[in-house]
Amino acid sequence: MKFYRISALIERDMRKFFRSPALMMASMIFPLVQLIVLGYAFGGKIKGATLAMVDQDHSTESLRVREMFNGISAGPQTFRVVEYDSQARAIDDLRAGFVRGVVEIPHDFSRRYYQHDRPRIAFTEDNTDQVLSSALLERVQQIVEAVNAPAVQPRLDSQVQLDTIEVYPYIEYAKYLLAGSTAMAIFIVAMIGGGITFIDDKSRGLHEGYLLTPIHKTELVMGLIGAGAIKGLMAGLALTLIGGLIVGIPGLFNPVRLFYLCVVVLIASFAMISFMFLAMVRVDDPLVPRAIFGVLNTLLFFPSGAISPVEGFPKWLRWLSVIDPFTYTVHALRNLTIKNTGIEGIYMDVIVLSCISAVMIAGSIALFKRQL
Amino acid sequence: MNTIEVDNLTKKFGDLVAVDGISFNVEQGEIFGLLGPNGAGKTTLIRMMTTLTPPTSGTARIDGHDIRNDADGVRQVLGVIPQAFTSDPELTAEENMLIHAKLYGVPSAEREPLIRGLLESVDLLKFRDALVRTFSGGMRRRLEIARGLVHSPRILFLDEPTTGLDPVSRTNVWELIRALRSKSELTILLTTHYMDEADKLCDRIAIVDHGKLAVLDTPTRLKDSIPGTDTVDAEFENAPPGWIDELRHLAHAANVTQSAESSHISSNDGPATVAALMDLARARKVTVKKVSVQSTTLDDVFLHYTGTELRDATNKGATYDVSHLHR
Repeated sequence: MKFYRISALIERDMRKFFRSPALMMASMIFPLVQLIVLGYAFGGKIKGATLAMVDQDHSTESLRVREMFNGISAGPQTFRVVEYDSQARAIDDLRAGFVRGVVEIPHDFSRRYYQHDRPRIAFTEDNTDQVLSSALLERVQQIVEAVNAPAVQPRLDSQVQLDTIEVYPYIEYAKYLLAGSTAMAIFIVAMIGGGITFIDDKSRGLHEGYLLTPIHKTELVMGLIGAGAIKGLMAGLALTLIGGLIVGIPGLFNPVRLFYLCVVVLIASFAMISFMFLAMVRVDDPLVPRAIFGVLNTLLFFPSGAISPVEGFPKWLRWLSVIDPFTYTVHALRNLTIKNTGIEGIYMDVIVLSCISAVMIAGSIALFKRQL
Repeated sequence: MNTIEVDNLTKKFGDLVAVDGISFNVEQGEIFGLLGPNGAGKTTLIRMMTTLTPPTSGTARIDGHDIRNDADGVRQVLGVIPQAFTSDPELTAEENMLIHAKLYGVPSAEREPLIRGLLESVDLLKFRDALVRTFSGGMRRRLEIARGLVHSPRILFLDEPTTGLDPVSRTNVWELIRALRSKSELTILLTTHYMDEADKLCDRIAIVDHGKLAVLDTPTRLKDSIPGTDTVDAEFENAPPGWIDELRHLAHAANVTQSAESSHISSNDGPATVAALMDLARARKVTVKKVSVQSTTLDDVFLHYTGTELRDATNKGATYDVSHLHR
C-alpha cells in the first residue's frame, strides 16, 4: 500500500471541497436548523396552558385552593385559570380543546375538610398530549401537597424526606440535542461525500480514470474514506462549536476538551463514511443513495438516543441502537459537551466506533470491484 | 520487437461473444488501429488489454507484462485515454494532471516541469488554471491525452479519441497523435470507426467486426488486396431482375456488391466503367439516380471483408427497436 496514492485521492477531494462550499453548507444548515428549532421547541417548560376551575363549594377552604391555583398563574405561569360555573361546560370545552384540564372543587369539599373525611378535588386532564398533561398534573399535585401541609410543622418529624441533588446545572433541551445535531452533520457529509458523490463520480466515468492507474483497491477505498472523514471532521467540529455557542455550552474552546472533541468527531466520521461506503460500494444507480437518504437518516438518528433516551425504547429498537454508530457518537459527544468529562467518558465509545470503522472498511475493500 | 502481443483473447457476456479469439502483435513505435463499427468489440478488447475487464479466455502481454498475472505492471507502462471523458470537471487542467502524476508516483521535483511541458504540447498551458467543466470536447480530449502521458508510458491506448468532436478538434487530435509519434518511441493503439482517421494515422489496421478480426495489414496493402483500383457507387430506379449480374459484365468491372440502396462496382478503370454503365442503363431503360467514382477506400476494404459497409454497420449499431411505439 502506497500512502502517496491515498494522499493524492484525499487531495483531489479536498481541492473540490474547498472550491465549492456546497457540501459544507448542506451538511451544516439542516443540523443547525434542527438544533435551533427542535432544541427550543422541545423540552421547554410548559407555560400558559388554560385550566378550567369549577368551584361548586364556594367556601373559605375552596377559596384557599383557588388562590393557590391563581398563585401558579401569577408565578411560574404553567397555566392560567379560567373560572367555570358548570362542570359539564368545562368538560365540553376540554373535549373541544379550549382548555387543557379541568379542576373541580365539589360542593361537599369544605364539609369533608372539617370532618376530616378525605376531602377531594377532581382533576380531569386532556391526556392526548402526554407532555402537557404530565406538566399540569405535576403542578396540581404540588398544590394538593401544599394544601395538605399542616399549618404548624411538628417539632419532631418522622416522615421520610427525599433530597434530590442535581449533578449538573439545569440542561436545556437544545444543549441535550447538540450531540445529535453534530452526529447529523457528520452523517450528511457521509451521505453526500461517501454516497451521492461516489456514485455520481462512478456514473460519470471518473472512476474509470483511477482504475486505469496502478492504484490498489485498498488505496482507493482508504483514499475516498479518508477524504470523507476529514470533511466529516470539519463539518462536525464546526457544528459543535457554532451550535455550542448558540445553545450556550460553556468552556467549549478549552484545548483539552477541543482535542477530545476532535478525536470523537474524527472517529465518528470514519465510522459513518465507511458505513456509507460499504452500503454503496456495489451500487451504480445515482438514484439509490438519494432514495434511501431518508430511510437511513431515520434508522440511524432516532434509535441513537439523540432526541430521547435509549432507555425509553422497546427492546427491538434498543438492539438497533446497539449496532448504530450514531449511538456511540451521540453518547461521547454528549459527555464532552454537557457533562464535560475527560477520556473516561469517551474511551469506550471511541473503541466501539473504531471497531465499527475497521469492520466497515474491511468489508468495503473486500466488496470493491477493481475492474468494471 | 513486439510491444503488444494479443493471444486468442475472448470475452463472453453470457451467451454474447463480444470478442472472439482475437490475436495480433503490435511493434514498438507503431500506430496500430482497430477499425470497426460500434458494437464490434473494440472497446471490450481495449478494456481487457488495459486490465479493466477480465478476459474469458486467452491473454495479452503489454510490454512483457501479462494482463492476467501482472495487472499492476501493465497499468504502470500504459497510458489510457478511454472513450468517455474521465477528467474531473470540478478540478482545473493542472490539478487533473497533478493528481494523476501523484497516483503514478512521479517525483515531486519532476511534476511541475513535466505538467507544464505536456500542457504546452497540447496547447492548453494558458488554460492550466481553468476548471475542466469550462472546456470544449476537443480541449478536454487533448487534456486527457496529456494526462495519459504524465507518467511517460511506453504505450498509449486511445479508445475512439475523436468521437463526438467537431472537424477542427478532430484535426487537432490527429496532429497531436502524429506529433507524439514523431517525438518519441511511443507505441500507440487506437480504436476508431472513422475510416479516414485510421487511414491517415495508422501504420497498420486491424478490421474488427462482430468480435472477430477480419483482416490486418497496412492501409495501402489492405486497399491493394481487394479487386479494382476504383469504386463506382450507383443508385438505380426500375432495375430489372438480374441487374446486378449485368453490372458484373461492365467494362473493367472486377466485382459488384449491393448494400441497402447502392451498388458498388470495383473497377480497374472507374471512368470507363461509368461510361459503360450509362450506356447499359439507357439501353435497359433503368434510371440512374446517382453515380460516383472514387479511388478505393478503407470502407471498400471493410465492405469486401465483412460484407457490409462500415457506415451501415455503424448506423446499425445505433438502431433502436421502436416497433412497440407503433401499436
